[in-house]
Amino acid sequence: MISLAGRDILHAWGKFIFTGVGLGLLIGVTLIMAGVYRGMVDDGKVLLDNSGADLWVVQQATLGPYAEPSSVPDDIWRSLLTQPGVAEAANITYLTMQIERGEDDVRAMVVGIAPGGAGTLGWPRYLVAGRQITRGHYEAVADLASGFQLGDYLTIRRNQYKVVGLTRRMVSASGDPMIFIPLKGAQEAQFLKDKDAILMQRRRTEANPALNRPNLPGLLEAVLASQTTNPSVNAVLVRIKPEYLPQAVAEPIERWQRFTVYDREQMEGILIGKLIATSARQISMFLVILAIVCAAIVAFIIYTLTMDKIREIAVLKLIGTRNRTLVWMILQQALVLGAIGFVVGKITATFAAPIFPKYVLLLPIDSIIGFVAIQLICTLASVVAIRMALKVDPAEVIG
Amino acid sequence: MKIFGLQRRTLALFAVILALLLLFIYVALRAGPLAPIAVTTTQVELRSLAPSLFGIGTVEAGYTYKIGPTHTSRLKQINVQVGDLVTAGQVLGEMDNVDLADKLVAQQAATRRAEALVEQAEATQKFAQAQVERYESLLASKNTSAESVALKRQELALAKATLKAATADIDRLAAEFSALLNQKENLQLKAPAAGLVVARNSELGSTVVAGQAVVELIDPASLWVHVRFDQVNARGLAANLPASITLRSQQGVSLLGKVLRVEPLADAVTEEVLAKVIFNEALQPLPPLGELAEVTVQLLSLPVTAVIPNAAIRVNKGQRGVWKLTQDQLVFIPLLLGRADLDGYVQVKEGLNLGDEIVLYSEKALTAKSRLQITKSLVGKEQ
Repeated sequence: MISLAGRDILHAWGKFIFTGVGLGLLIGVTLIMAGVYRGMVDDGKVLLDNSGADLWVVQQATLGPYAEPSSVPDDIWRSLLTQPGVAEAANITYLTMQIERGEDDVRAMVVGIAPGGAGTLGWPRYLVAGRQITRGHYEAVADLASGFQLGDYLTIRRNQYKVVGLTRRMVSASGDPMIFIPLKGAQEAQFLKDKDAILMQRRRTEANPALNRPNLPGLLEAVLASQTTNPSVNAVLVRIKPEYLPQAVAEPIERWQRFTVYDREQMEGILIGKLIATSARQISMFLVILAIVCAAIVAFIIYTLTMDKIREIAVLKLIGTRNRTLVWMILQQALVLGAIGFVVGKITATFAAPIFPKYVLLLPIDSIIGFVAIQLICTLASVVAIRMALKVDPAEVIG
Repeated sequence: MKIFGLQRRTLALFAVILALLLLFIYVALRAGPLAPIAVTTTQVELRSLAPSLFGIGTVEAGYTYKIGPTHTSRLKQINVQVGDLVTAGQVLGEMDNVDLADKLVAQQAATRRAEALVEQAEATQKFAQAQVERYESLLASKNTSAESVALKRQELALAKATLKAATADIDRLAAEFSALLNQKENLQLKAPAAGLVVARNSELGSTVVAGQAVVELIDPASLWVHVRFDQVNARGLAANLPASITLRSQQGVSLLGKVLRVEPLADAVTEEVLAKVIFNEALQPLPPLGELAEVTVQLLSLPVTAVIPNAAIRVNKGQRGVWKLTQDQLVFIPLLLGRADLDGYVQVKEGLNLGDEIVLYSEKALTAKSRLQITKSLVGKEQ
């Protein structure tokens, strides 16, 4: 038995393949759009993974430290260590800022990590080059996406930091590369005022007769010193002992230490449900529109392909070909077109994904769903063409 | 020809489809979550670590002299400017005590009055003595009563006491006069030691309270860096260890010094250990006091032990360790780590043997089931 569809494809294979490739590019864009959404969600998840924490202790009644500003004293980690179930606690600060890179600048999330060596909570979990920070000041580990190389110097506020290590996929919830620096430098970067502001503050204090008393030497100096100290961090990361449940550890901290504590699930809810919710919905809308456009174009292509060979179909009908054979031919062609489109789309998406400035995550499950959806769309789209083919009058051929 | 044409066409179609399929399979297996994770490996090596401690501090003077008046007074004269070198005992300025001269005149008058009082008391005592002697001779000849003699004796005792009080008053007033003279002498602000003037806090005519510094001097030979080290990394810090000091204004220039002392009091708030580091050679010109400096203290070399780069350390289920490669199997080995140096090497006390192959860098977090692709570098060029 000869395959009518196969014969027809062979007859105009160039046109067929090019149509498939065109369709594939469209499918590729759709897959990338899905990948962008997955990438956004993944950015949020890697942010939490990279911190290595089970619990986040933040300022009371805030959604910190990622979704809202949060400020907690930098010595509470010690009292947290005394809580039952707490295995490890470490201070952390997060500050998203523009960092100069040569003549350009790059948006990055500066993470202040507590001293303690590789493996401490909040430290980069793995590197792709260089080493972890060993000095308590002026060293940085930067993400590859920031564009910095080993040995580069980057300026954060007043200080210069030498890049000693590089990471990959260490990003903030909005996809900005992370730059890890020692905690004390990060606290300064976040809370210390600029030079002019400090000078103005000094002048104001000196002009205040209550604080600048000539008969009390030393008072003014003490007041000025107290104005420039900063004992705050954004959050304390906590790792719990394996035999404890997160909520069981969080509850006494919330109750007695008067802080808000989030576990991993709640933090994921904040990041994905609140922080990226609008952008995620935006991408979903695009995805839906692209899927509809894709379906319309497939329907149009198959319709055009069928219309192109309407005379041949009429001849086939004239020589007594059964309707079922004709239907199968058109359906087969639509399915093959969908398959070629999917393969081309998947290849295009995979090669195009790394070019995108933000992370594009192509999951196998998305590809499988995409393949099934494309075949369904192709099947539905071929219905119009099939109706046309069935309606054609064989007499038209003989005219 | 037609058959041949058809065959060629079929072949071309199959070639395109095959190429697409191969590319698809490559894409499915080599990209995305199914792709192997590129890693680089390293071996556990034997090495003697020479750990260093890194801290930052400020340049300070070991000896600072704050020179000011001991009584509230007005600045009459000031002879030095910031930056002047002064010698021990040099007069730096003078205070004006406004009413001190009048007080001295009053004191002198008071002394003269006291002297007159002494003369008066002496005369009274002399007369009282004569009276006692006269009445005693009258009593002997029974020409007066015993009571009268007793009365004269009491008058003599009173006169003696009055003379003693008047004499003591002279001593008091003399001491007070001397105190005022001392105070006058002290109005001169003198340098207690040779040094450099670093601050001139008041100008002529300013009233300065007792204890407030008019001029601040430092001993330029006593410069040191007040350094702060993270407590967590301060192991091994001790006096006399060699140090290299980089001033913030002289990046790239390393000055030699040594640890003078580790402060017995640490900073509990900032969680830092404090130490004083001195320069081996006197600096010319002097760096400004308060300038930030980076200090690296070189500790003694440790015995040769197994070491690994700190980039290889990972955390798995709350334990620090490394991913070890054994016959292409990935196993997480929890480690007991020792000292570390500033170049990023850490001693391994337990868990690994010399020559063990471990994962150094990886482009993703690893699990025991990760498929690996071992490469030389993950960032293009060899770093």
